[in-house]
Amino acid sequence: MLTENPAVLGLLTIVIGVGGCLGYFYFSNLILDKLIFPASGPKAGSNINRANMVRPWLFLFPAIFALTLYLAYPVFETLRLSLTDRDQGGAFVGLANYHQMMAEPKFWEAVQNNMLWLIIVPAASTAFGLLVAQLTDRIKWGNLAKSLIFMPMAISFVGASVIFKLIYDTRPADQNQIGVLNAVWLRFDGGIGSVLFLQVLPSLVLLAFAGIVAYVAWIFARGIVAKGEDKSVWLLPLRLFVAVAGLWLIWTSLSSLLGIWTTQLPYGEPQTWLTIPLWNSFLLMVVLIWIQTGFAMVILSAALRGIPEETVEAAIIDGANPFQVFFRIKVPQIMGTIVVVWTTITLTVLKVFDIVFAMTNGQWETQVLANYMYDKLFRANDWGVGSASAIIIMVLVTPILVWNVYNARKEMK
Amino acid sequence: MASIAGKKSGLTWAVQISVAALVLLWLFPTVGLFVSSFRTADQISSSGWWAALFPAEQNEVYRASDPDDTRVADGDNFVVTGNIFEGDPREIRSWGVSSRDVSAYQPGETAEMKDGETLTLESDGNYVWRGDDKQLSGRGQRIFITATVPPDFTTGNYETILLSGSGQDNMAKAFFNTLTVTIPATIIPIVVAAFAAYALAWMEFPGRALLIAAVVGFLVVPLQLALIPLLRLHLEIGIGKGYLGVWLAHTAFGMPLAVYLLRNYMVGLPRDIIENAKVDGATDFQIFTKIILPLSFPALASFAIFQFLWTWNDLLVAKVFLIDSTGSTTVMTNQIVELLGTRGGNWEILATAAFVSIAVPLIVFFAMQRYLVRGLLAGSVK
Repeated sequence: MLTENPAVLGLLTIVIGVGGCLGYFYFSNLILDKLIFPASGPKAGSNINRANMVRPWLFLFPAIFALTLYLAYPVFETLRLSLTDRDQGGAFVGLANYHQMMAEPKFWEAVQNNMLWLIIVPAASTAFGLLVAQLTDRIKWGNLAKSLIFMPMAISFVGASVIFKLIYDTRPADQNQIGVLNAVWLRFDGGIGSVLFLQVLPSLVLLAFAGIVAYVAWIFARGIVAKGEDKSVWLLPLRLFVAVAGLWLIWTSLSSLLGIWTTQLPYGEPQTWLTIPLWNSFLLMVVLIWIQTGFAMVILSAALRGIPEETVEAAIIDGANPFQVFFRIKVPQIMGTIVVVWTTITLTVLKVFDIVFAMTNGQWETQVLANYMYDKLFRANDWGVGSASAIIIMVLVTPILVWNVYNARKEMK
Repeated sequence: MASIAGKKSGLTWAVQISVAALVLLWLFPTVGLFVSSFRTADQISSSGWWAALFPAEQNEVYRASDPDDTRVADGDNFVVTGNIFEGDPREIRSWGVSSRDVSAYQPGETAEMKDGETLTLESDGNYVWRGDDKQLSGRGQRIFITATVPPDFTTGNYETILLSGSGQDNMAKAFFNTLTVTIPATIIPIVVAAFAAYALAWMEFPGRALLIAAVVGFLVVPLQLALIPLLRLHLEIGIGKGYLGVWLAHTAFGMPLAVYLLRNYMVGLPRDIIENAKVDGATDFQIFTKIILPLSFPALASFAIFQFLWTWNDLLVAKVFLIDSTGSTTVMTNQIVELLGTRGGNWEILATAAFVSIAVPLIVFFAMQRYLVRGLLAGSVK
């Protein structure tokens, strides 16, 4: 059958879909102008006005229809489903699904991992993006460099998973390693180089991270006690949250600092990286950071170019060194853009599914919420708990949603 | 600016080197996959892909041809001549005739074996093996060589994946399925969103601000929430799992970004043109098709690239709305995930399959990068 060939079917759909859309817009306008409110006869004037009141809705109807049916309705339907039990014929069970979910260790594992993803991926992608944007700004082949670092944006999460699985691949100890990570790892033998690269360098990175976190947390926490700061009520919870999260992060990094110096590393043995808990989560994050850095770079580089040159020149004349120019003059001026990039990547992280699904499928303690939800929906066929976890993702997204809408409305005024 | 920065040449060099290092770091993973897709299964499993780029030293064993068939009389003795490489020449660094010392001789030297026979091997693999009637009998002499093997690549993996492979190893069907999903799912939302964006940008009606705010809100709604309710809806109204369902889903999921991008662009178009057209008696439909659409081409292209990349690379929507239990409508991303499960160790298949699926987006990316960047900037920098 000709019509069963997907290519013919696709072509037919394009023609019907696009033709149908254009036809809908054309004929609905025609009918409006010629039949319902004809711009002639005794009531021509009022008819034109009426037609112009209806017309926007003709233009908007298909889009509104799609948005309502495919995005608005599911939010409420998912909320309803999360309160029902499929096995009991969709009976209302209150919060039972949420209770069941909270009792599962796998759920808490997913939440914990998601928190790690939410902190590390946006931070690392934005930092790398900013670094590349700043560095490539002044060199001749900067555009080529940017284009190459931007390239992973075009690669699917699944493709990236294959790419990185090859990097993390493990062979038995007596064979040649074909994964780069193990090949590099086997070069370390516990000598001075190993101490330098595997203990001193990570310690410095951790200390720098803890320092930055302490600085940011202090900026936020200062407002609770200091005078002259904005003390509005809705800022207080935010300040407290950032302060507490900051303390926790500092504690974590300092305790892992201790871990770096006390753990005996198994030199000389190839590691199956994706099965080592905690490390494997970081290795999965690397994939997303690799993809998202290009996005951050493109946007931040445009923002850097938008900085008025006078401010930079004035700072240089006043004797500022390049680092001061960057951190004191440039970064504060693009803070708004950094926040936008950060939130956009945060959204991507919350929805990340493909990478975990393709690389570990949530085994070895790498579960994240989106994959947990998929597991519940389509493997356990538990629509109640699956919907409940989808609602959790929605709740996590909501602050960003409100913030975006708030900003968009402010702009239009 | 450049002159001020140019004074610190040491710093400039440091910048150049760090950028080069970062670019290499970012390219390295993709190059690894690309190189691996041109190696045979044996090559991949015997050495890292980085080793494939350089000539490698390799130990091999050959046998001289069977003396009973090929020996030629030469006075009292017999001679067997030939080339150990059959049409696959390589350069011999050293060689030997015993497994205990495989590099005893240099090319061109003559080995004298215990029972008096001699063997001469040239660096191109030509050998002359002399001996008497008794010595040159039985099986051919074993020759051990250490050769420099030039980098060796094959397109055989691509032939398997695209043409000759069977079952899961053949991506041709999945490739066309992906194309079938992608093209309508890219074009239809553009048409629908363009009209809506025009209404939101240039028509006056109550509730416009509210609608724009709603679109901004919809931008971030995770599509995870839509999976179950919509799958149920599709099953109830008879669309089921199939192309129609996945086209509709992609159209709707792309709609917020499309409307947002296009509206932001159209709002910036000069008001005079549109008002002049209205004064001249053009209807809204005419203004839209004759003026707005052509002028909005950059924004349309931006969104088209986004939507194309997103639908081409998508796994979740296809898994939920398209792929049924027969698997005849599988897309490439899904097939690769399945390969990862069943053929996890067959890197030649995996790497090639992944690269086939990556290639099209990469081409689109490099061809239309300008529009992609412009769209990204319009979509997030406000």
